[in-house]
Amino acid sequence: MKITVKDFNVNLDDKHILNNINLNIKRNSIHAIIGSSGCGKSTFIKSINRMNDLVKNFKSSGKILLDGKNIYDDDIDVVNLRKRVGMVFQKANPFAKSIFDNVAYGLRIAGCEDSGYIKNTVLDSLDSVGLLDEVKDKLYESAFKLSGGQQQRLCIARTIAISPEVILMDEPCSALDPLSTLKVEELINELKDEYTIVLVTHNMQQARRISDYTSFFLDGVLVENGRTEDIFSNPKCEKTENYIAGRFG
Amino acid sequence: MNEKIIEKGLLSITLCLFVIISLIIIFLVHESIPAFTHFGLIRIFTDMRWIPDLNLFGMLPMIVSSLLVSFLALVFAVPLSLTTAIYIEELSSISIKNLFKPIIQTLAGIPSVVYGFFGLTVLIPLIRDFVGGDGFSVLAASIVLAIMILPTIITLSQDAIRNVPFEYKQASFALGSTHFQTISKIILPTALPGILTGIILGLGRAVGETLAVLMVIGNVNQIPSSILDSARTLTSNIALEMGYAMDIHYNMLFVNGVILFVIIVVLMALTMCIQHKWGC
Repeated sequence: MKITVKDFNVNLDDKHILNNINLNIKRNSIHAIIGSSGCGKSTFIKSINRMNDLVKNFKSSGKILLDGKNIYDDDIDVVNLRKRVGMVFQKANPFAKSIFDNVAYGLRIAGCEDSGYIKNTVLDSLDSVGLLDEVKDKLYESAFKLSGGQQQRLCIARTIAISPEVILMDEPCSALDPLSTLKVEELINELKDEYTIVLVTHNMQQARRISDYTSFFLDGVLVENGRTEDIFSNPKCEKTENYIAGRFG
Repeated sequence: MNEKIIEKGLLSITLCLFVIISLIIIFLVHESIPAFTHFGLIRIFTDMRWIPDLNLFGMLPMIVSSLLVSFLALVFAVPLSLTTAIYIEELSSISIKNLFKPIIQTLAGIPSVVYGFFGLTVLIPLIRDFVGGDGFSVLAASIVLAIMILPTIITLSQDAIRNVPFEYKQASFALGSTHFQTISKIILPTALPGILTGIILGLGRAVGETLAVLMVIGNVNQIPSSILDSARTLTSNIALEMGYAMDIHYNMLFVNGVILFVIIVVLMALTMCIQHKWGC
């Protein structure tokens, strides 16, 4: 197991957002988190790289083990944790920099000064997300000139440039058109050979198409968890069945 | 129908404003033309002597002094403002933020004569005793100006830093950067146009400030050879001599005004360029 979640709770102000979550996430798999808006799925994956530390009044209890080590322990270096657990956000959020500098950013802040190595890594990362051919003539132009789908793939390239072990994806396709979505999905599928991927999505078909495991969250509770084909073909819980049948949410 | 009347009313008020400003500019230029033709444009900008009784109206020392005092004020004010803005927006707690807001607003609301008085009674003795000279100096004026333009630069820098999209910060943190790296590599570069606008508006205020400068700079008309020397700025020259200036001397003070006006217009154009270039 790459990630083990044990009795994990989250409180925000007085609201109980996540309630006693227990979950295993397997190495080199795509693990989809599904559920309706406000069920705590975004909060959950932001807990895995401690992005929630930026949120005021965030409180958590329980454990999230990454390779057996609790990431909420006092001796954890959060900056280093986020280098190991990368994240792609719902809305593509490239920096106001050139395409090249966007991908190089993570390497540079990590202290890498070898410009040859940076260049190779940037090109490799862009190649891995299938963007290199599209942007090779405009590497030094602003990232904002790219389309929405290209920007999202750029953000994925930026994340894999620092070779994380886990990539968290928070509804990465929700703002993309179907064709761009398809490209990003194919990319996610290829990435699982090297990375462990946790994918939050409210698109059931997407979860079904690309994930190996699926967890269904409802009102801060993990309702059902298992192999994707089992969850979708033979859900054990009625609530899960109703949700994937589109009866609510 | 009613809407139309309101619209026309607002339009005419706006036009009034435009007319008033245009008249001021026309008057300024009109009154200064005899001086330009009498003394010559080039001599105004190159002659070192300002002796109205002898019909000598060189403004070079005043132009140099005005710019020197203002830029020196920036040297003091920019680091102070920028660190304050970064601290308040990025690092301080809500309660400290709430404490600083009225303090900075108050700083902006204090009349300039009070700043001048503070400079006269506190700063000048300090400079005289600990740095040298007689205290009335470019240094005193630029310190007073620096304090006066702090609120402008702080407030505009704060706005610029606050307007950096949260997504950028989030992405930077998610790539494993420290808070300091995020501030220096993402937040400040993104906020730069707004910060520059603040600095230029601060410079504009410094160039235009009259009374506080007049009270502490000594008003000797010369190109200062050190920051402890006394000097005279374009603004204080008008204030000091307008009471008794006649004929061509009177017109010369309008030339003074035109030069100030041009400096401010250039600064404004610069801020517009910045905002246009970065598209904000």
